[in-house]
Amino acid sequence: MGTRRVSAAEGWFTVDADGPHLLGTRCAACGTVHFPPEHGFCRNPRCTGEDLPGIRLSRRGRVWSYTDSRYPPPAPYIARSDPYEPFTLAAVELAAERIIVLGQTVPGVTVDDLEIGREMELAADVLHTDGEHEYLIWKWRPRAWGAGGVER
Amino acid sequence: MSGGEVAVVGTGMHPWGKWGRGFVEYGVAAARAALTDAGIDHTDVGFISGACTIRNGYPGFVAGAAFARALGWSGARIASCYAACASGTQAIAVARAQILAGLCDAALVVGADAAPKGFFAPVAGDRPDDPDWLRFRLLGATNPTYFALAARRRIELYGSTPADFARVKVKNARHGAANPHARYRAKVTEAEVLASPVVADPLRLLDICATSDGAAALVLMRMEKARRLRGPLVRLCAAATVTPRFPDPVLEIPDVATDSRLAAEPPETPFRASIARAAYEEAGVGPGDLDLAEVYDLSTALELDWYEDIGLCPPGTAEGLLREGATEIGGRIPVNPSGGLASFGEAVPAQAIAQVCEITRQLQGRASGRQVESARVGLAVNQGLFGHGSAVVVRR
Repeated sequence: MGTRRVSAAEGWFTVDADGPHLLGTRCAACGTVHFPPEHGFCRNPRCTGEDLPGIRLSRRGRVWSYTDSRYPPPAPYIARSDPYEPFTLAAVELAAERIIVLGQTVPGVTVDDLEIGREMELAADVLHTDGEHEYLIWKWRPRAWGAGGVER
Repeated sequence: MSGGEVAVVGTGMHPWGKWGRGFVEYGVAAARAALTDAGIDHTDVGFISGACTIRNGYPGFVAGAAFARALGWSGARIASCYAACASGTQAIAVARAQILAGLCDAALVVGADAAPKGFFAPVAGDRPDDPDWLRFRLLGATNPTYFALAARRRIELYGSTPADFARVKVKNARHGAANPHARYRAKVTEAEVLASPVVADPLRLLDICATSDGAAALVLMRMEKARRLRGPLVRLCAAATVTPRFPDPVLEIPDVATDSRLAAEPPETPFRASIARAAYEEAGVGPGDLDLAEVYDLSTALELDWYEDIGLCPPGTAEGLLREGATEIGGRIPVNPSGGLASFGEAVPAQAIAQVCEITRQLQGRASGRQVESARVGLAVNQGLFGHGSAVVVRR
């Protein structure tokens, strides 16, 4: 291939032997989870915690809402294809962290495949390439959808 | 809580549209119109408050100075306010505070923008520390993405339909057709909305406000001075910009995730509802006192949310209020008699000021062709990115 896979969101997301993970932090004082990771201070106004060790977020959650993008977003977004192909987005609630995380879905998923409450799992996919690198991003995939995204 | 009252003695706007000129030109036109309306000279204004636009480099970042220089340096005190869509309200709030503090008798508030066509985009450059840059780069999440996520939630929670959303556009287009400052002056049918292309499912092109050039300006005055002027006295009695309370469980532009609700429960009053509530408290009025409201209809679906957030009806019942005609001119509580963003499009720093221009003219009985009869109390409400809630109450 000659291309190296790197995270398009450094420090927010990783793909390792057991699959893709969102990387957050959890305040040692009050337990609030932060995604994207928050370092140095906790955003809970009743907490002055400054110790926020890194955690991996749940890989499964349920759709809170969803939509698609029928027109190409402006820069700095880099479209996957020319001509442009619409993509779908899902906001997914992670029960253990009680947080909602937005992401594109893996290619092939349309709004017709989604409904609020549907169970989703984290996947990884190539967001864009620059010839030397493949930039990976987290995506949501409906459970029992089968393949989609990249495997490592 | 009472924040004190100042008088709104002048309003001015530059028509919204795509004019291809600079924001200063629009702002100066609006400012001159407001000064003429107030019957005072620029040099009589002790404070100039500019709402910033980030799309115009340094002049936009220092909008107060950009307008002051173009109008002719007068030695006035000055401020430049950036609070995204709430910039206009902050510029109003700062000017009002200057007057109430006794630092000046009259203040000029100006907001203007020259917006690009299509989607709003973040400031150029490689800026991976900027959440606004990141949401485009990593997710391709445009503003309509977020409008659509909220619209889908409304459908799920309350059974709203695309036809309900379309009715909002039909109403606002009918109102805007009578407004000479509006960009879109054509009436629209429900069928036209429902036949327009999907931008972000379930929202279509005619459900979503356009980006526009435009400008609006106000002259505010100390109450004792204003009493000497002719015409009805219009009072600005609240200008509230509030933040959300942690944890805000709603996914808002430009965030990729919400606050976690793990360590604390969300507040009883959600953020958008808390915006109007702060203004009501400051003004000593409630939703039942309103004769009209200008709300930030970035999408048709969002206008329905606002009906509930500002207390016009209980959650889940906005469609009924719309269908019975209560929010039309002639109805019990007309919403967006100006035509709203549906008819104007977004000129970010100008829009909140334009809302107050509209309400003021309504209270003065000067909203020709779209007049809300015997209007005495109006609310303008919007929400700026990054947690800037914004609301203004104006009354006769």
